[in-house]
Amino acid sequence: MAGLKKANAYFLLVLIGFILIYPLLWLFFGSMKTNEEILTSIRLFPSKVVWEGYRLGWKGSGQFTFGDFFVNTFQLVMPTAILTTISSFVVAYGFARFRFPLHRILFSLMLSTLMLPPTVVIIPRYLLFNHFGWLDSYLPFIVPAMLGFSPFYIFMQYQFLRGLPRELDESAVMDGCSSFKIMTHILLPLSKPAIVSAAIFNFMWAWNEFFSVLIYISSVSKYTISLGLRMMMDIDAATTWNQIMAMSVFGMLPCVLFFFLSQRYFVEGIAKTGIKG
Amino acid sequence: MSSQIRGPSFSIKRLSKSRNNQLVGYLYILPWLLGFLILELYPLGASLYYSFTDYALLSDPRFVGLKNYLSMFTKDINFENSVVVTLKWVIVAVPLKLITALLVALLLNQKLKHMNFFRTVYYLPSIFAGSVAVAILWRFLFMREGLINQILDVFKIPAIDWLGDPKLALFTLSLINVWQFGTSMVLFLAGLKQVPGELYEAGRIDGANKFQQFWSITLPMLTPIVLFNLIMQTINAFQDFTAPFVITKGGPIKSTYLFSMLIYDNGFKFFHMGYAAALSWLMFLAIIIFTVVVFWSSRYWVHYEDGAK
Repeated sequence: MAGLKKANAYFLLVLIGFILIYPLLWLFFGSMKTNEEILTSIRLFPSKVVWEGYRLGWKGSGQFTFGDFFVNTFQLVMPTAILTTISSFVVAYGFARFRFPLHRILFSLMLSTLMLPPTVVIIPRYLLFNHFGWLDSYLPFIVPAMLGFSPFYIFMQYQFLRGLPRELDESAVMDGCSSFKIMTHILLPLSKPAIVSAAIFNFMWAWNEFFSVLIYISSVSKYTISLGLRMMMDIDAATTWNQIMAMSVFGMLPCVLFFFLSQRYFVEGIAKTGIKG
Repeated sequence: MSSQIRGPSFSIKRLSKSRNNQLVGYLYILPWLLGFLILELYPLGASLYYSFTDYALLSDPRFVGLKNYLSMFTKDINFENSVVVTLKWVIVAVPLKLITALLVALLLNQKLKHMNFFRTVYYLPSIFAGSVAVAILWRFLFMREGLINQILDVFKIPAIDWLGDPKLALFTLSLINVWQFGTSMVLFLAGLKQVPGELYEAGRIDGANKFQQFWSITLPMLTPIVLFNLIMQTINAFQDFTAPFVITKGGPIKSTYLFSMLIYDNGFKFFHMGYAAALSWLMFLAIIIFTVVVFWSSRYWVHYEDGAK
């Protein structure tokens, strides 16, 4: 009886997993099929593997290939993810270890911006960046990243720092460490798990970002993968299925790799702070 | 290093919790404070101001009073439809996602092997939140000749026009949100692990069946997480953009024209910055009202372990 129940549970678990993952597998294998086969056969695996989708899809706009879009995406995502991680750690340290006047109010303000929808402030931000001459560059992403722009990451690292005993700092003070050195030499090495998860979160969300790149980036030479895909979709979705599928797979791969390399950090990071997504 | 020389005097001050030393904290939070003032507070105020102006980007903003707000109801033929579509979207997508996440979390909360593996697999679709690639995938799955209709055909079920039927398109798009239930699932799972086993023990002794246990033990214990998920997911859902923009372009006959698309079109296609700012403030108000109402109602349905209300 208990064994049967267990078997039922596993059957259900596998079935749900299959339904959830099947679309992704279909996309992956579809990228190696001919257009005719995608349209006519529901078989998952291609009857004959063709790389035409990748070869032709790679050409992108003609002038700029998906290789260019890939490099662009990295140029946007890497500085953004790294700078956000650093600045949010520094800010979290300030909130976690110092009791300055207005601390409570500022901290609540910081948390409340979690619930401020970006769509509400997009118009003035756009005008501001336009005024600075930053449109059509990656500065609207990189500069805010330096300013500890994401309350989510600050809160995440704050939670973690609060969990580290204060005696550590105090004994370091006895040894003559400045507060900056306490941060870089004592707390930073201990915070590695929090920092790694913040960096991973950040990489993934920046990688998939669409609305803001759509607004801030206009020249094809600076397109990210998201914009490249959308352009392809607009031009010839009706005829070139396997090309679009191939480039979608290509655009999703870095996220998938990152996720499997770090899934432990990732899922547990959400459980601990639980805000984004 | 000068910091090393200054060190000892610092340490004495620090031990005495000197006020000066605590002020150093401002230096560390300075980046955030600047970001907050320049990129959050100023834009919030500015968008309120712009919402009372005519602002076509190339000329200076011109104060027009309530004109923008009035023309939403009198001139803009898309406004009313967009509000209705967005409300439908939120009412369908959020509860469907949360219920799915909760059911899956219950399934994963059994004491069986390999649960971490399943959790990882179930989370996978959620790493592509808001991604264009997923929007493309959805279009291919649900288009007329797409995989879903091909499968239906095997069972001799006539093809359904998932994306072309105005009655169906919004629902089809909302399935993306349901598919990406991972974050809510992980939070529910963390909550389920917190429920003390003794409660179920007591429930069993009182003769409660599985469903009664869920209804009177598990669910009340999870209500704080339901509240949190409900608020965060609703705020996100109000802003969804990628799927309707890429897959249906708001159609057919504007049946998936979400509010975020209305803001995008007015702000970044027609460059009616003042009007777009007014629309975005209206969305902000809607979110505030929603959040306040949910928080207020939570005293009647959210159960806190420490008995606090």
